[in-house]
Amino acid sequence: MKLDAKIPDGPIERKWTQHKNELKLVNPANKRKFNILVVGSGLAGASAAATLAELGYRVDCFAFQDSPRRAHSIAAQGGINAAKNYPNDGDSVFRLFYDTVKGGDFRSREANVYRLAEVSNAIIDQCVAQGVPFAREYGGTLANRSFGGALVSRTFYARGQTGQQLLLGAYSALERQIGLGTVKMHARHEMLELVLVDGHARGIVTRDLTTGQIESWAGDAVVLATGGYGNTFFLSTNAAGCNVTATFRAYKKGAAFANPCYTQIHPTCIPVTGDHQSKLTLMSESLRNDGRVWVPREKGDKRKPGEIPEGERDYYLERKYPSFGNLSPRDIASRAAKQVCDDGRGVGETGLGVYLDFADAIQRLGENVVRDRYGNLFQMYEQITGENPYQTPMRIFPAVHYSMGGLWVDYNLMSTIPGLHVLGEANFSDHGANRLGASALMQGLADGYFVIPYTIAAYLSSVQVERFDPKNKLTTDHPAFKEAETAVKGRIDRLLGIEGKKSPTAFHRELGHILWNKCGMARNKQGLTEALQEIPALREEFWKNVNVLGEAGTLNQQLEKAGRVADFLEFGELLVRDALEREESCGGHFREEHQTADGEALRDDEHFAHVAAWEYQGDGKKPIRNVEPLAFETVHLATRSYK
Amino acid sequence: MSTQANLHLKLHVWRQKNASDRGGFVEYDVPGVSSDMSFLEMFDVLNERLIEKGEEPVAFDHDCREGICGMCSMVINGQPHGPKRGVTTCQLHMRTFHDGQEIWVEPFRSSAFPVVKDLVVDRGALDRMVQAGGFVSVRTGGAPDANATPISKVEADLSMDAAACIGCGACVASCKNGSAALFLGAQVSKYKHLPQGLTERHERVANMMAQADLEGFGACGNQAECEAVCPKEIPIRVIAEMYREYLRSTFTGRAIGKQDRKRT
Ligand SMILES: Cc1cc2nc3c(=O)[nH]c(=O)nc-3n(C[C@H](O)[C@H](O)[C@H](O)COP(=O)(O)OP(=O)(O)OC[C@H]3O[C@@H](n4cnc5c(N)ncnc54)[C@H](O)[C@@H]3O)c2cc1C
Ligand code: FES
Repeated sequence: MKLDAKIPDGPIERKWTQHKNELKLVNPANKRKFNILVVGSGLAGASAAATLAELGYRVDCFAFQDSPRRAHSIAAQGGINAAKNYPNDGDSVFRLFYDTVKGGDFRSREANVYRLAEVSNAIIDQCVAQGVPFAREYGGTLANRSFGGALVSRTFYARGQTGQQLLLGAYSALERQIGLGTVKMHARHEMLELVLVDGHARGIVTRDLTTGQIESWAGDAVVLATGGYGNTFFLSTNAAGCNVTATFRAYKKGAAFANPCYTQIHPTCIPVTGDHQSKLTLMSESLRNDGRVWVPREKGDKRKPGEIPEGERDYYLERKYPSFGNLSPRDIASRAAKQVCDDGRGVGETGLGVYLDFADAIQRLGENVVRDRYGNLFQMYEQITGENPYQTPMRIFPAVHYSMGGLWVDYNLMSTIPGLHVLGEANFSDHGANRLGASALMQGLADGYFVIPYTIAAYLSSVQVERFDPKNKLTTDHPAFKEAETAVKGRIDRLLGIEGKKSPTAFHRELGHILWNKCGMARNKQGLTEALQEIPALREEFWKNVNVLGEAGTLNQQLEKAGRVADFLEFGELLVRDALEREESCGGHFREEHQTADGEALRDDEHFAHVAAWEYQGDGKKPIRNVEPLAFETVHLATRSYK
Repeated sequence: MSTQANLHLKLHVWRQKNASDRGGFVEYDVPGVSSDMSFLEMFDVLNERLIEKGEEPVAFDHDCREGICGMCSMVINGQPHGPKRGVTTCQLHMRTFHDGQEIWVEPFRSSAFPVVKDLVVDRGALDRMVQAGGFVSVRTGGAPDANATPISKVEADLSMDAAACIGCGACVASCKNGSAALFLGAQVSKYKHLPQGLTERHERVANMMAQADLEGFGACGNQAECEAVCPKEIPIRVIAEMYREYLRSTFTGRAIGKQDRKRT
């Protein structure tokens, strides 16, 4: 497989402008003749579908929830970055670019990251024009706060509901197009197969989740904006429905999957309480603006937090990373939490927790200011734990949160399958081995509003002569669709026919245990090798012993779940394999064999300054690991330090 | 520190095969419920036990499980999202209930929300009202600098109070008239407090209200049940704002009117 990133020539700050100038355009009359299938209605999918429709393309948009507004993006709390430099604290496009490349531990593609920083400001303008009620200062200008991995305040927010407000902005643009008839929305439709014709992505097969009907959709290009795969770990901060099915199906049709082992473990989540737990709840990173992280200095100190005097507390982030302190990046803060807990100094019943303490902030600012900033998060915390964080420090622990890996895409966001484009968390592009806070919302909207509307024309203009020839007209009668439908139906029948003893959720939980223990915050060769035995064994058991009740022709949530778990069980193996073969530590990927004397990640730039893009070879065959070398021409490779 | 307890509950759950089935309550004996569970986790446990017995589990909508996506939608002992103020079903914890309690669970009922199966309803009507006018007609690109128009913090906060609506439909389910006034009011109020929203203020309110009629939502009867059950505590003032905006729009003649809108 040839991986051509198609990075434009020229100096980094000119690449995107020049590329846009040189991109072929599709004439307005011809846009109407193209039908684009957008799978996903989160920030990336909704912004792309709306914008493509505004440009004149015919768009079909799909989501598994009952409304596009319920995509997982809605749950994002803390904020979105942009290089506006409104606070006048020295920010710039270059600094946002630099922080993101460094934050990603030098494992992202410079040209993409620069473009992301470059379009960041237009995103904020666009959202304000749509009526997104961002937080404001009394003078009427927009307010900012700080997030991890940065020394400037560049994060825009809407209380603790930034994702909700940004998604409602994109959703309103999408609904407007639906009302105008330019986008057809297919809610409660799950994509179960990608359809290739002559090697190009030309359609999808979906299941109508209400009626169970299997349907084919033909188009001129397919855009996947289906989000991340954090739920492979069972417990994560992701919404219950998040899955890897769409991207994994594309992988099995030939799209390379890049860096699956790069998963982000977020340091501030509410700790697990018991086996019944179905998800973990994030406490936004923005809390680290005012909250201080600590554990008792002595092992096994069981006193209540209020009884532990100042001198007997270890504010370990402030101690270890004096310049970034509590705002150290996520991978660093998570690992540090794990170290103090491994050390026997963790708090709470399980010992798997650290304190996030607001006492200082409440004293300095008053409870009202703290309530105004984080009220809904405090309320959420109290709901879940039954404890009042205004009075006693929060207990937090790291949890799986985000996937930096995803389908490989070139500079135009096209995968290795011609015509298949991938946006948002579903692609691998911009965050390297660790994502900085408030950068996912930025990336999803950059991809959807400002990148794909231009770059998709590069593909469409290259195929238009052939597509517009009436004898090449493609309908879903083409045998490729029939074949895909047969495959989908066969899989469903197989799942329903097993009639085993264990629920899909039970298998999912077991997979999660394997991954969290052997491919979580710290990984080593032995554990990974064991996981590579255990996951296929679990998968085999699944296909013999899963119990999926109900019928195919109605709403059947167990069937939906079983299909997703089946894909997690295959994908989990790829994730582990990638982790095993990346013999270095970088960002969220921490291999215990590769660390510095003081426990920091030790990169191996000589052998691993590249993207690993996995190519499917068939079931039971080892996939091929292709490599895209990464060149650091602007930000020079250096050891990442937040000390 | 929270004190975990074990509860033994008796559930009466609405089971309905599909839209045309009549449906009815089915009783379930559910021991061993931890007070730390959320209401939906209690349903997960029930469902796992049903699967073990070879019975079809209860269908219910959910996704984020942290009170923001608006997907979960159960009427618990007669109240949408249950007895606790300001929380969604997924955020309701079992410590709110006591050992031995009987709990009735039904879908969000309304003539505009047909039941799909068990506790799952079709709330597409809410999206169609947004299609009628819940947006600012700007295209992507070419927006002025975000700080070009200052907006007072007070107005921005009022807008945000309304924008916090999660579109769950509890307001509709709580209303004797099946009115969507709180939902609609929230959409109108969100834009009314922002300069960006003012250009289309007349069309927006008139078209959205016309669509509400077409969808079969009833008129607001000022009972304020909606405010009491709203998990985001959207204030009822948004309804008054909406009617004021509506009155204003009737003087301008700029509204498109319901005859031009159709149910899609
Ligand atoms: C709790 C939480 C808080 C966060 N806070 C922040 C923050 O403050 N700042 C920040 O920058 N980032 C944050 N993130 C990360 C960020 O929210 C996500 O990375 C981002 O929203 C993903 O957007 P997306 O459009 O790529 O995908 P999603 O929003 O996940 O959307 C996926 C879409 O694809 C559809 N879909 C998926 N599979 C299928 C299928 N098979 N068939 C049909 N449709 C399908 C879904 O229906 C959905 O519409 C947070 C994440 C979490 C979990
Ligand atoms: S599941 Fe999202 S609000 Fe309850």
